Amino acid sequence: MARALINAPAQAKRGEIIEIKTLISHNMETGFRPDNTGKPVPRDIITDFICKYNGQEIFRAELFPAIAANPFLTFFTVATESGTLSFEWTGDNGFTATESVNITVE
Amino acid sequence: MTRDDDMLQATRRRFLLETAALAGAVGIAVPLGVKPASATPASMRAAIRKVVGEAPLNKGKVKIDVPPLIENGNAVPLTVSCESPMTADDHVKAIHVFAEKNPQPNVVSVQLGPRSGRATVSTRIRLADSQKVIAIAQMRDGSFWSGEAEVVVTLAACLEGV
Repeated sequence: MARALINAPAQAKRGEIIEIKTLISHNMETGFRPDNTGKPVPRDIITDFICKYNGQEIFRAELFPAIAANPFLTFFTVATESGTLSFEWTGDNGFTATESVNITVE
Repeated sequence: MTRDDDMLQATRRRFLLETAALAGAVGIAVPLGVKPASATPASMRAAIRKVVGEAPLNKGKVKIDVPPLIENGNAVPLTVSCESPMTADDHVKAIHVFAEKNPQPNVVSVQLGPRSGRATVSTRIRLADSQKVIAIAQMRDGSFWSGEAEVVVTLAACLEGV
């Protein structure tokens, strides 16, 4: 299981715009680099990232080989209600990872 | 100023000019020598067309925040922000980022909505060469807006072996 880090506020005021930072360990092999024999190393990247707020999708990203290793994504959302922010990464060779954090909205 | 000084100045000026010309020649020759696969501005335009379709592409509203000079193209911090009130009626639906000289022009595509609150996204990208980075925002009304940034990269990503 790849290690994922989420940085999101644990508490927020209703209607406040909060910043969410996500980082996951993955080497994002581009498929363009040659190995010792000169053949390209097969592509192995994370292709999709989805963030859900209490089950409703609020952010989605499609990643390409041009994303640096250990993909880092920062985005914003409006704190509407207390609940769970869940994160899901999927990629080549059946890669999946999930993570979730709780948020309390006053 | 004496005549000797004049002579010295002239020689130095000529030396500087020649060195500059040589550096220029080397600068052009090196990228040509080591580039295996690279997208061209044409393939980037094709990739943009795929996203935009027949709709006109307007300039403005989108801002790319990227350092103008990059030492290491393997991890370039990139922030794209778009002016928008982000309400249910008027918000940014998607932001697409393209690079003209990477092996593949697409960099990242994100989908936003009124719940995003702010149309700003940051990530770290790879750049294979000094080039232009373009971000395109798709608005809820179907219009497309673009912003661009020139980046100079000294150590390129994607090219080295394992």
